[in-house]
Amino acid sequence: MIKFRNVTKIYPGSKQPALSDLTLEIDQGEFVFLVGPSGTGKSTLIKLLFREQLATGGQIFFHGRDIARLDKRQLLKHRRQIGMVFQDFRLLKQKTVFENVAFALEVLGRSTREINFKVPQVLEMVGLAGKEKSFPAELSGGEQQRVGVARALVKDPILLLADEPTGNLDRETSWQLMELFTDINRSGTTVIIATHAWDVVDRMQKRVLALENGRLVRDEKRGSYANEFQLI
Amino acid sequence: MNFNSFKYCLRQSFVSLRRNFWLAVATSCIIAVSLAILGGFLLLAVNARQLMGDIGTNVEICVFLYDNAEIEALEAEIGALEGVDNVRFVSKHEGLADFARSLGDESLLAGLEGDNNPLPNAFRVRASHTEAVPALAATIRTLPGVELVEYGAELISRLVKITGWLNSLFAGISALLAIGAVFLVITTIRLSVLARQEEIGIMKYLGASDWFIRFPFLLEGMAMGWQGTLAAVAALLAGYGRLADYLNRDTLAFFIRPVTAGEQLLPIYIGLVLLGTLLGGIGSVISIRKFLRV
Repeated sequence: MIKFRNVTKIYPGSKQPALSDLTLEIDQGEFVFLVGPSGTGKSTLIKLLFREQLATGGQIFFHGRDIARLDKRQLLKHRRQIGMVFQDFRLLKQKTVFENVAFALEVLGRSTREINFKVPQVLEMVGLAGKEKSFPAELSGGEQQRVGVARALVKDPILLLADEPTGNLDRETSWQLMELFTDINRSGTTVIIATHAWDVVDRMQKRVLALENGRLVRDEKRGSYANEFQLI
Repeated sequence: MNFNSFKYCLRQSFVSLRRNFWLAVATSCIIAVSLAILGGFLLLAVNARQLMGDIGTNVEICVFLYDNAEIEALEAEIGALEGVDNVRFVSKHEGLADFARSLGDESLLAGLEGDNNPLPNAFRVRASHTEAVPALAATIRTLPGVELVEYGAELISRLVKITGWLNSLFAGISALLAIGAVFLVITTIRLSVLARQEEIGIMKYLGASDWFIRFPFLLEGMAMGWQGTLAAVAALLAGYGRLADYLNRDTLAFFIRPVTAGEQLLPIYIGLVLLGTLLGGIGSVISIRKFLRV
């Protein structure tokens, strides 16, 4: 589904490439952890996939299509297939839980009927039934992130990208959120998570892509956060 | 954009207008003032043009004829020229009578009647508009049987010059006022955009199209422009109506006949409302442009 071919990204004004000569493939329905120290290119990889940024060199294919060549309309379509989850949740403070999730459908021009049908369903799935009328400030960090996940999920994405989704959460809450991601993945959505939560990565035994200084240093089918060498 | 999106955008603009209520009111007021001034100038221009036209069409072209001129054919020919309002034949005899009347003492011209009459036959030609007079005079001069053509050349050229000058002055001032209004809208909408910057960022991540993001701001700007001009037009209607009424009744100002015809005034008012709405929209689009680059 996703193919990176010799992808390099150099931000303007920076000499060090954020990603260099990255080649990898991710299949539909996979669950992938992106790990590595801060500033190693995890976020850049996610931004490139969403096409928030364009690669400086190489090509990125999504369903066989070079995403650098999408026109405006195709780009919108591309982005609408992707759900994004952020470390800082990015919820709208003045909107309730329901409205925040409904917002994702409103911007796509969906009908009120569809919104009233789908939003409660998704909120139920992420475990927020009964919190529809709460405002983000009234929720715990874990709950706020669930709203973020619900908002990403409600438009039925084929790919879920999460950049440090548990960065602001405690261990227990992080673990629960990861279980939610596993559920989502089980229903067929491809999930890519950039994270520092090494214990979660180690426990889940999913595919791990480890980046270091913008290079792919490890790609394991059932990997852990650090390789055995570093553990010793 | 489908109907759901349209509904959503409409709601958003209302919410935004309400949130920045006083700022929107202030912007509308300033738009109202600048467009009222602009409209005032337009009304002044229409009236000035009418006044110039009145003076201009009162200028007659005197066409003096040779005695052997074919009067009827010539009258038809001149009457058919473009820009001619009417042609009146003044015979030698009438000319002499007019002259005598203007002298006030008919005895002075005694003995000049009949074959002794030194005056030529003439046409008095009225043009339909001032600008046509010089060209018309030149054309008539070339016709056979025409001896001499006279008109107030000096007056006409001055009138044409003044009208042209006034028109450019009005156009210049109007353009400045319009640009000022656009800048105001840009500022107001920018504040409104800044207040919703976070939301716009999220909308981009959710896959909203540029038009979906732009539209509520566009509506907001247009609403401000529209409300402002509506107020301006209301003020102009009331103010100008009263002034025209006063001038029409005041016998001292008999030489100023203000334009009151609906078919001349209505386009100005409708044009102002459209212009105000358009200016509001232009301001919004300029304002939000740089926020859409994500």
